[in-house]
Amino acid sequence: MARLRTAEHRSQISVLLVLFVIIALFMIGSPKTFLSSDIYAAFMSTIPFSMIMALSLTLIVISGEMDLSFPSIMGFCGYVFTHVFHATGSFPLALLSCILVGLGAGFLNGLLIVKLRLPSLVLTIGTQFFWYGVTQVLSGGLGKTLVPTKASTLYYLFVGRIGGRFPAQILWAILIGFIIWLVLNRHRFGAHIYFTGDNPASARVMGVNVDRVKMIVFTQMGGFAAFAGVLASLEVLYFWPTLGQGYLLKTIAAVFLGGTPVEGGVGTVFGTFIGAIIIGILEAGIIAMGMTGFWTQLVYGLIIVVSIAIHSALRRRT
Amino acid sequence: MAEHNDVLVRMVNIWKSFGHVEVLRGVNFHVGYNEIVGLLGDNGAGKSTLIKILTGVHHPDRGEIYWKGEKLIGYSVARARDLGIETVFQERALSEQHTIWRNIFMGREITTSWGFIDVKKEREETERIMRQYMGFTSAALSVDSMVGTMSGGEKQGVAIARALHFQADLIILDEPTTGLSLSETQKVLGFVEEIKKNGKSAIFITHNIYHVYPVADRIVILDRGSIVGEFEKTAISLEKLVEKLYLVARTGRLENNSQEVSVPKDQEKSERDLQSFMP
Ligand SMILES: Nc1ncnc2c1ncn2[C@@H]1O[C@H](COP(=O)(O)OP(=O)(O)O)[C@@H](O)[C@H]1O
Ligand SMILES: [Mg+2]
Repeated sequence: MARLRTAEHRSQISVLLVLFVIIALFMIGSPKTFLSSDIYAAFMSTIPFSMIMALSLTLIVISGEMDLSFPSIMGFCGYVFTHVFHATGSFPLALLSCILVGLGAGFLNGLLIVKLRLPSLVLTIGTQFFWYGVTQVLSGGLGKTLVPTKASTLYYLFVGRIGGRFPAQILWAILIGFIIWLVLNRHRFGAHIYFTGDNPASARVMGVNVDRVKMIVFTQMGGFAAFAGVLASLEVLYFWPTLGQGYLLKTIAAVFLGGTPVEGGVGTVFGTFIGAIIIGILEAGIIAMGMTGFWTQLVYGLIIVVSIAIHSALRRRT
Repeated sequence: MAEHNDVLVRMVNIWKSFGHVEVLRGVNFHVGYNEIVGLLGDNGAGKSTLIKILTGVHHPDRGEIYWKGEKLIGYSVARARDLGIETVFQERALSEQHTIWRNIFMGREITTSWGFIDVKKEREETERIMRQYMGFTSAALSVDSMVGTMSGGEKQGVAIARALHFQADLIILDEPTTGLSLSETQKVLGFVEEIKKNGKSAIFITHNIYHVYPVADRIVILDRGSIVGEFEKTAISLEKLVEKLYLVARTGRLENNSQEVSVPKDQEKSERDLQSFMP
């Protein structure tokens, strides 16, 4: 039977098991925190930002590429949003310009990678510095309040608390996850992403426009980084010029934890979804268990290495 | 040009150099309708280069190509595909980490509205294609099998079945049996016969005469950039052909004459060729 296919399923089940084990450990280690719903509400408010970017990044990794610039695009787009909002007082206009700038920055990555045949890993190190620098220069290193956005209903639509408790942003993350899943698994474009990552030579021969696929996956990454930037800034009602920094490794780790291999060609949206949850709950959980924050990095490292080893073993067993 | 109309494709006086190396020197080559042509030659003879010109990957320095009697101008890979020329490379044909049904429709997905894939239809069609062209009825392989788990011969089968399903007029098999076991080779030969049965044409590239002889209608021998021999299978026995091939390998000529020139084989060059020839 289709053994590789079930390997894909096994890998999704294994990442789900890792999540359950971690939650169980936290419940045992710190029942007061982890048996109350408060902590889960907190998770639902903080996880969506990197989750949305991880879901989007999954498409790039499956296509056989990498992006290291999305945190800086997120930061720059947060600046654009804030700046346009203060200049015009219009939330929709600020949102629109911010998303367009994000798409543009992502498109630029794709264009340079495809047309100049630059390795994405190297190029996006460059654009990562570039957009961070642009943000610093334009903002003068200064943040700005976003409290006036509360006058707009869009604020509540994005980061409001449904029933006074349930963070709206998690619904956005789930919606985006569903759309990305649909495209990847049911749309022609998704199939082309897989083919591009698995065997670009055969994809080309069969008429898949590999360059176009790459341009589009980088472009959408820019757009989702922008959106995540808006959500993260609205959540704290403040634009920090360092917005985005700190998201890079966590987001990439979520993709790899979810079972998408760095070589591309395969990978699942579901895996990334769970991977993002694991990454998102670790830090809070470790601290709630009474360990110092120093432990978080160590535990991150362990869980990532172990999970990737499991995925790799599951793949090789076929 | 009317005189080219009787064949599917005709390549006329093809010259090609890479730098100082003349790889093809005035090659004339054709494939008829519903004909299987065996293209034989040692490593480095120029077989792959000739095929890459035919599939639009390389442009010849000189020479013309006629498809169904019509001269091709501004030839490209995309144009070759549109004409119905499909190449089955061993490593380049399939996406190994994906299912058979995904591979069959790679780049030519059956979609409903908005570009969404009709998964049910693609799987059903694949089942039919596997039965019709590959004779796959075994429970060991299903439409959901990963290509990476299949044997080398079966993979060639998927690629050939795919080409037949999409009505390719000319299927080019570049070393389809190299590195395959005896039974796997037999499977591939079976698939080549399937091409013939479906009224299509094929070019079977190999350096193994024993593989191509049973399925070819005509055998063309390429040596150091020139066609040195061409035989209708009905006109020559396998033994005679093998004899002639030895002669070509030793002398670079087909006919034995008194002052036999021996052309020493440069070992290093052969190895380089062997690598250039790997996909
Ligand atoms: N792209 C290329 N650039 C330079 N030399 C090449 C190139 N492709 C093939 N050659 C040379 O052309 C000759 C014929 O190669 P090839 O057509 O691959 O032979 P075959 O397929 O018969 O083994 C070899 O000497 C090879 O090194
Ligand atoms: Mg070759």
